[in-house]
Amino acid sequence: MSAVPRSLPSLGEVASSRRETAGGADRACKIEVDSLNFYYGEARALQDISLQIQPNVVTAFIGPSGCGKSTFLRTLNRLNDIIPGTRVEGRILIDRVDIYRSGMNVVDLRRKVGMVFQKSNPFPKSIFENVAYGLRINGMAGSRSELAGRVEDSLTQAALWDEVKDRLQESALAMSGGQQQRLCIARALAVRPDILLMDEPASALDPIATQRIEELIYDLKKNYTIVIVTHNMQQAARVSDRTAFFWLGRLVEYDRTEKIFTAPTEKLTEDYVTGRFG
Amino acid sequence: MSAAVASGMARRRGADTAFQALALLVLVVTLGALATLIWDIVADGGGTLSWSFLTSFSSRRASQAGIWHALTGSIFVVLVTAVLAVPVGVAAAIYLEEYGGRSLTARIIELNITNLAAVPSIIYGLLGLGLFVRTMGMGRSVLAGGATLALLALPVVILSTREALRAVPKSLREGSYALGATKWQTIWHQVLPVAAPGILTGLILALSRAIGETAPLITIGAFAFVTFAPDSIWSPFTVLPIQIFNWVSRPQVEFHANAAAAILVLVTLLLSLNAAAIWLRDRYQKGGIS
Repeated sequence: MSAVPRSLPSLGEVASSRRETAGGADRACKIEVDSLNFYYGEARALQDISLQIQPNVVTAFIGPSGCGKSTFLRTLNRLNDIIPGTRVEGRILIDRVDIYRSGMNVVDLRRKVGMVFQKSNPFPKSIFENVAYGLRINGMAGSRSELAGRVEDSLTQAALWDEVKDRLQESALAMSGGQQQRLCIARALAVRPDILLMDEPASALDPIATQRIEELIYDLKKNYTIVIVTHNMQQAARVSDRTAFFWLGRLVEYDRTEKIFTAPTEKLTEDYVTGRFG
Repeated sequence: MSAAVASGMARRRGADTAFQALALLVLVVTLGALATLIWDIVADGGGTLSWSFLTSFSSRRASQAGIWHALTGSIFVVLVTAVLAVPVGVAAAIYLEEYGGRSLTARIIELNITNLAAVPSIIYGLLGLGLFVRTMGMGRSVLAGGATLALLALPVVILSTREALRAVPKSLREGSYALGATKWQTIWHQVLPVAAPGILTGLILALSRAIGETAPLITIGAFAFVTFAPDSIWSPFTVLPIQIFNWVSRPQVEFHANAAAAILVLVTLLLSLNAAAIWLRDRYQKGGIS
């Protein structure tokens, strides 16, 4: 696989088509973050972060461990809310709605903004029930045949259907690691999100399973806006259109992936992507 | 290998062997004491144990006395205890663990529950006597006994349930929340099913402790000599430990054999409850929750 992301040409196409539909206005923006600060108790984990993410684009967050990239990812679906003592300042707009405004329906937000975790976390239930769970709790299950159809669609989108169609009632915990992670992707897709957040989705997988996930990300870009946190710079280069480099809770540089990896503006970014630290 | 390293290694091996021997000795002493106790009880009471002993009522004649009233009394009381303590205890634990947060009030409540679990059982007996028997007018009934033991079991139930809830991996909750589940949906569909075997184990251990309790029931006036089985929650009653205590304090040797036989029944009951708890825990671990 080459270091130059094969997905780059499509970025221009997507962006230009968006510009046309927006009628010459600003490039349509899916996620807009404005001066975001995030605190764990007294400790400030994110400092003054501002960035915009376009729809149907894969954005990679890179940076050394503890730089705040996962924390930032989890502010986008307000999953940090369940950790006691955390606090947010600033604004995050998704589809022009401030997700931290009072009266925001967090449950609805999390349905719209799906998430896949670093360690695959299938529920200790059958493969079918793992995918059906989100549909059931969100009142999207419908009739028995509708539910079965949606489960099949989701598993197909996650490139898992052919492997599991004959054992849908078996425990999800009996699957291989790569299959479990694709099941978690299918589970997230089932509730029809617009945005998919992925927190190092392939860090625990072998190269072949990783490749399958990366191909999947490439396919999913057509229908979803994807934000992926990764430790693996080759992976960021392969799958993403845009890359954000975080360091010590700050956003150092955010640009086209090609630019970040070949001609970064900041010395810090260059040192990191060339492996001088991290 | 240099001489210094070799001698160091020998010393470490020696310490290892010594510790192993010590641990084995402690184990043998403990198990030996238990085995002697059981052997002694079987020797004393094994001959008395019979079907008619289980199904007869108390009597002034040792040869005709049985434990039917005490056995049914124990079962009645522990059922009332379970009905009162289990829902309240589990609900309280869910609240404290999932909703209570880390506020000062929550921490004070937590500390108090831990302390309550260590309060001597006779104090609960006095509380039961004042509250249930007298103030609430329940009399010396199965209900008053069950309610008193429920108070005693409650802290244990709450603590063990919280432990089981805490053992549910965070990743499972996050996975559920990330799909748009509410807190209650997450608790009901994901957390409780995974925690259930652990919760059940804790419940069984708490209830088996309640079955063995004597002091609080003596305090509230459970009859030491009743000749009938309880037929409602308002009946006067006695329980196995009180019956045993009563028989042991008699001068006649025949009654001591009866007491030993009753102890055998009680020990069998407790051991089977504990075995059930261990079996559940085993199944839980084989369930492979990662």
